Amino acid sequence: MLSYFLRRLILVLPVAFGVSVVCFMLVQIAPGDPLTAIMPVDATAEQQAAMRAAYGLDKPVPVQYLIWIANLLQGDMGRSIATGRPVAAEVFGAVGNSLLLAFSAAIIAFPIGTFLGFLAGYFRDTVLDRAVTAISIAGVSVPNYWLGIVLVIIFSVNLGWLPSMGAGPGGSQDWHWDWTHIRHLILPAVTLAVVPIGIVARTVRALAGDILSMDFVQALYAKGMSRGDVLRHVARNAAATALSVMGLQLGYLLGGSILIETVFNWPGSGFLLSNAIFQRDLPLLQGTILILAMFFVAMNLIVDVAQAAIDPRIKRS
Amino acid sequence: MAQVEAELQPQAEAAPKPQGYWSGVLGRLAGDKVAMACLIVIALLILSAVFAPWLGLADPYRGSMIARLKPIGTEGHILGADEQGRDMLARLIYGGRLTLFIGLMPVVFAFFIGSALGIAAGYVGGLTNTIIMRVVDVFFAFPSVLLAIAISGALGAGITNSLVSLTIVFIPPVTRVAEAVTSGVRSLDYIDAARASGAGALTVIRVHVIGNVLSPIFVYATSLTSVCMILAAGLSFLGIGVRPPEPEWGLMLNTLRAAIYVDPWLAALPGVMIFATSLCLNLLSDGLRSAMNVRD
Amino acid sequence: MSATDTARSTAPLLSVRELKKHFPIHGGILGRQQAVVQAVDGVSFEVAAGETLGIVGESGCGKSTTAKLLIGLTQMDEGDIVLDGRRLGPDMSLKALRRDIQMVFQDSYASLNPRMTIGDSVAFGARVQGLDDPQGRARRLMARVGLDPDRFAGRYPHELSGGQRQRVNIARALAMSPKVVVLDEAVSALDKSVEAQVLNLLADLREEFGLTYIFISHDLNVVRYISDRILVMYLGEVVEVAPVDDIWNAPAHPYTRSLFSAMPSMDPDNRTTKPPLSGDPPNPIDPPSGCRFHTRCPMASEVCKRKHPVLGRMGQGSPHWVACHLHDPASGHPKAAEGASV
Repeated sequence: MLSYFLRRLILVLPVAFGVSVVCFMLVQIAPGDPLTAIMPVDATAEQQAAMRAAYGLDKPVPVQYLIWIANLLQGDMGRSIATGRPVAAEVFGAVGNSLLLAFSAAIIAFPIGTFLGFLAGYFRDTVLDRAVTAISIAGVSVPNYWLGIVLVIIFSVNLGWLPSMGAGPGGSQDWHWDWTHIRHLILPAVTLAVVPIGIVARTVRALAGDILSMDFVQALYAKGMSRGDVLRHVARNAAATALSVMGLQLGYLLGGSILIETVFNWPGSGFLLSNAIFQRDLPLLQGTILILAMFFVAMNLIVDVAQAAIDPRIKRS
Repeated sequence: MAQVEAELQPQAEAAPKPQGYWSGVLGRLAGDKVAMACLIVIALLILSAVFAPWLGLADPYRGSMIARLKPIGTEGHILGADEQGRDMLARLIYGGRLTLFIGLMPVVFAFFIGSALGIAAGYVGGLTNTIIMRVVDVFFAFPSVLLAIAISGALGAGITNSLVSLTIVFIPPVTRVAEAVTSGVRSLDYIDAARASGAGALTVIRVHVIGNVLSPIFVYATSLTSVCMILAAGLSFLGIGVRPPEPEWGLMLNTLRAAIYVDPWLAALPGVMIFATSLCLNLLSDGLRSAMNVRD
Repeated sequence: MSATDTARSTAPLLSVRELKKHFPIHGGILGRQQAVVQAVDGVSFEVAAGETLGIVGESGCGKSTTAKLLIGLTQMDEGDIVLDGRRLGPDMSLKALRRDIQMVFQDSYASLNPRMTIGDSVAFGARVQGLDDPQGRARRLMARVGLDPDRFAGRYPHELSGGQRQRVNIARALAMSPKVVVLDEAVSALDKSVEAQVLNLLADLREEFGLTYIFISHDLNVVRYISDRILVMYLGEVVEVAPVDDIWNAPAHPYTRSLFSAMPSMDPDNRTTKPPLSGDPPNPIDPPSGCRFHTRCPMASEVCKRKHPVLGRMGQGSPHWVACHLHDPASGHPKAAEGASV
């Protein structure tokens, strides 16, 4: 197990390196001079050159990358051009809120998706199966930023039950586990949960259907095992695959929450990202993307290792 | 797949005319009611978008102070008017032009580029494969939404930039599928037989590989169109896609969002279009998958 | 040149010298090369024009790899292939070699492009090689192997039976007018009755086109029927080569003997009492020292573990070659003197 973990870890390193290159390149492909935003309009040529030297922009691109990565490894992700605060501080505050949203959505989506998928797989080719299939296709087809707006229309505008904006009363940034705050979490979390419900239901349906039709399940029935015992066996067999799909979905939730956070003004990383984009705050953009991507890479690693722990067949490949 | 094909044509031995692969696929697809309905909806959307100027619609760019946020069903504005008093029906139909274009073209580009990369990696193998696939792995480390927003965010708004960023997002998944399918075909004896005829790599790929790998890659690519649509409209919704005043469903959803307290259902209309299109694309792709006997 | 059959005074059509192919195995945390599979390790043989050489051995002994090396489908690590006096590399391109040596594979379905009509499949090679009238060639050859081109040329592989498909593969191999055809388990997947028909067809074609066959099979009866000489391989090496009657009546290598004795005999009076071969062949990743067969050999002695036997003639000028210490009086094997009679 440990050697499998180490092998996976070593495979992750080049990917992490590649991710850092892509994030670095984001600033390079951006049109215009990254310093225009903070440079005085009437700056002289010397002042401009001095400024470039101060930010290391006079050096060749590979050298700039090495400087950037060296700083990064010391926890220095540069400063936000818009606020002047360190990027790391800005990003980590926001990522916390995003994680809260993503985990809440996962807690809603995974049990519901699993339940629906299992129903459909167990009662294959019945009305129930078709209904679940329709729900899951609709779930993966819906633009969730629009769904968020529809939910706001229903529950905030028409019914007035839930707030439509922010993470707490009066645009509060500090999260507390009380009803006034949780009220704000419900709509965005439900919105975010719809796509993974569809995907998890689809996966579990296929898994349950496949496994139930396998010979060993027939053998279990033939041995006189009860329906409940057979179900438990099936569930264990499906667990490894289902787990990996869910793990990846959790990563996607963090990335996919960007649009939802914009709809609900949720003060997370996506919200930060859209601010960074509009203020052309490239260091902040770069830092946010990097942290989110690295989180996704780590999530993949955890999923792989967890999957191997559950299903020993995987280790061999 | 071979066996399935054989089972589907039990009378092949007695058939007077041999049946090609594609006529079989089309026949099966035509029998799938859901897929056909979706195909018709998508065809209508595309046709109405292309021929919008000849449909006798209102000018989608001309606003009017007094018509602002007229509700659905208003005389002269069947689907209402937006926050600048522009006719919603005209804007929704004209909006299909950019939305469908930016929503579908990246998958088309990615299909060609990704297939070329994946087939090269899968056929040549070795170092070529390692280099291509490791780069693909890096892009897989980004959730697709994040990657699209990152590139579009860095490049800035605009139609070309959206096309570029979405194409980059969809090349890696197409490449991965193309590589897997090609590696499978590469190990079959008929490829060895073709090589043993003295044919060069390009001839073998052109004559023997492409025909056998393209349909699974194509089916996979069609399954990406729905996501691409949603993402393309999402970029415009965020303000990093199409620029105003162009009619585009995602952008319309964004600008009308402020009006949800005035006329909520009017504001939701552009989203209905995105949802309906993406649903039809998904169902059509599913239909195509079963018609082509592609298993995933 | 160790396996040269000087009994035939004419120069051989095809001569293979010291063919070697080792497949690396990667593994471990860093994916470093851990070991090599010695799939083919120093195989040499010669085939005269018009002759059929049968190659037999258990699965994994390297016979299929040898076939793929012959036609360049797998790249050899070392060795020489000389065809008609031209050496592959300096005198002859791979493309030229592939025009003169063709191959028929075991799986008749997998060896035909499912999206291509039979007629196009047969014509493909001739078209690639720039021969004139590839379609006409294809139609003539299809007719020759017993498939009416009017009925079959436009069909797809899944519309044919296994036997018909294998006829297509034979026609395809012949479409380039090759000198040598490598048949790698070409009839093994067919029903017995169809197998006999295809074997007869192959024998007729050999006469008609003056072909030279290298016939690879695990089925000894089939090999005996079609071959002039038989070559026995064990773990990537040649252990015995001899004319078919010699090896059939007097197999010299203990491995050949156990291989033949494991074969069910049709004649109840002639059923063998010798012990059949037991167990699986050793792992080719780490082949046994000395003689590779010593771990399973009933005659093994101390010398077999230490010394690797060289392929040599059974007697002065004999066409029968064997790689076994039993037949080498100088080897130091205690039973070496009586070897041939055991």
